[in-house]
Formats: sequence, C-alpha cells, structure tokens
Amino acid sequence: MRHEFRVQVGPAAFRIGSDWRQPLDQMAALYNGYPTPEIPDFTVRLFARRFWRRFLRPSVMIGGDYMLPDAAPLSLAHGMLGAEMGMNLQMALGQRRYLLLHASAVERDGKALLMTGESGAGKSTLSALLGERGWRFMGDEFALVDLENGAIHPFPRLVSLKNEAISLFEDSVDASRLGPLMRDTPKGDIRHLRPPDDAVEKMHEPAHPALLLFPRFGHAPDIREIGQAEVFVRLTQASTNYVMLGEVGFDTLSRLVTTIPSRAVDYPDTESAVDSVERLWAELAA
Amino acid sequence: MSDAIFRADPPEARRMVMLDGVALIFHRPSGLTHIVAPPAPQILEALGEGDASPDTLLERLQRDYDFGAADDLAAALDARLAELETAGLVWRP
Repeated sequence: MRHEFRVQVGPAAFRIGSDWRQPLDQMAALYNGYPTPEIPDFTVRLFARRFWRRFLRPSVMIGGDYMLPDAAPLSLAHGMLGAEMGMNLQMALGQRRYLLLHASAVERDGKALLMTGESGAGKSTLSALLGERGWRFMGDEFALVDLENGAIHPFPRLVSLKNEAISLFEDSVDASRLGPLMRDTPKGDIRHLRPPDDAVEKMHEPAHPALLLFPRFGHAPDIREIGQAEVFVRLTQASTNYVMLGEVGFDTLSRLVTTIPSRAVDYPDTESAVDSVERLWAELAA
Repeated sequence: MSDAIFRADPPEARRMVMLDGVALIFHRPSGLTHIVAPPAPQILEALGEGDASPDTLLERLQRDYDFGAADDLAAALDARLAELETAGLVWRP
C-alpha cells in the first residue's frame, strides 16, 4: 500500500492502507488526538479495482484481514466511508476478546446505557446527541461486553451521521469535528463526526451496564417492558460473534440480560427520545 | 404412544438459564442455544435418570409433578418429544 494510517480505538488497533492519500488525510484530521498503535490488531485496505483506476475515475475496493466477497466498490469521494466500513467489518468478524453487540453506548456516573435496534432506529444519533449533553459517548456502533465481568468497553470511533441526523449537529458542534459531506453513498448522505474529547481521553475506561433500551424512531411516544427471554433473543441477533464465542457468549449474554432492566422506547423526534432516556435512567438506573 | 426409547445428554452437557418462565439452554455438544418452554426442561431432567420409553417417562414426570386431571398427557408428551428430537436435544439410541 502506498499510504498508511494507524489509529487505536478503544481496545482495537487498526492499520488502514490505501492507494490514495485523500481518505487517510481526512481520517487523520478527524482522529486527531487518538493514540497511534505500534502493532495493529486489524488491517483494512483500500485499493484500486484496476491499476489505472487509481488515476481515471478511481473506484475504491475495501479489503482487510476479513472480507465480504460481494462488497461493491465505492467512489474515491466515499473512500473514508469505505475505511470506516472496513474497520467495522474487522471488528464484527474478527473480534474474539469481547461479546460484540451492535449497540450504541453512553456513560454517566460510571454506569453505561446501551441502546440497540434495527438500522435506522436512531441508536447512533441518540448516542451522539447524549454525548453532547453531559453523557460520555462510548460508541455508536459496537458495545464490547467483557467476557469475564460483563463491563462495557468503549469503542468510540467516528460517528457516522446519516441523512436527517447530519443537520442536528452541523450548527451545534465545532466544524473541525465534522468530516466531508458524502452524498448518495450506499447508505444515503453521510457525514462523520469526531466524538467529544472526553470520549477519546477515556477510551480505555469501561463501565458496567445499568440499562438497555430498544429505541425506535418515527412512532408515537411509548415505553414498553420487554420480557427477558425476548431481550436475549434480540441480543443474539444484535451480536456479530455470539455463535462464535460458544458457551462463554451464552454466559456473558445471559448475565447481561438478567442483571439490567430493559425497555422498548418509541419516539417521534430526537427531543422526545432524549426526554424518555433521561426519565428512564432516573427511574431505573440512577 | 410410540414404543421408541429416548435418550438425552446428561445435565452437565447443558447450561440452563430460566427467564420469564422459559428456559434458555446452551447445548455444549452442538454449541447451539435453544429456547424451550415447560415441560421441555422437565422432560430433559427426567431423561437424566436414564433412557426411557414415553410410558416410562410419563411415569417419572407424574411421580414428580402434579398434572391434575388432564387426559391427553400421552399425546402431549409425544408432541414435546418430537420437538426435542427435531432440536437435537433428545434422540433414539
């Protein structure tokens, strides 16, 4: 690879190699202040589909230690998105030291709030918003559950703001924390947001989970209890490595489900969601 | 009721957690997680005494549990055994 960028995000060390400088420069700007690891755990590669494609209408292929055979090439303007997707993929397929839940996490008073749900449910936006409002942002994509003690380890990578969520932050955070606006990507419009400084400074400080929420955007406000068995099933579906971990995954997940309260939260807009989160936290976790 | 003999793995081959009245079972030999409702955990426990025909199994269950005046127990047990067999938690030796 002609160019390389290294970054430590929580317990995971990444090396991103690229045929082009631009995506790595964009990442270096947003990951400014993150540690630079000497020995990477995971490697991501952005490479040209054909040699001459590096110069003529470049299209970026994503590769790495773990690959999806049918990943489609992206345009160079979306190269940084490719690197972020590659980093997620390495974690999802290669991480064996933690139970990985597709969930966002924030922390307050040493306790973690987990939010999980389908793509588009708003867990990522909510975690980023709470991170600007007095909570410590721990991650918008993966919650890493410790296999021995059940603590949540932070994975505060860049937040990938999508579509309507972008405007929620454009006016309220420092412009240096926002990456380039990437239009019409396979996931719609995307703009990356650098997590707040305290999220980066405390990326090695785990927190014990205290509340699990299943937010759902676009519905009338409602809060429902969910049975533990259903929570367990939903979390096996939200985990990328539950099956691979075997019995230790079973033990870790059943401990999580039986030790913290869970609620489903429907919300019509983000302000309503923040209100519900604060209320439930005060009632069930504080 | 069939004349088949059924067998289950010994209790140490399973990790079981009860949640909301259902049982989560991690089956060590297969690495699979099952979610089963009563009386499936009780059937597995009763098979822990040894291989059994449905008749014998019903006797063991009636000894330990009060089924009241239900009259279709044999058919219900056959159905539950068939489900457990499909899941790979019991089999015919």
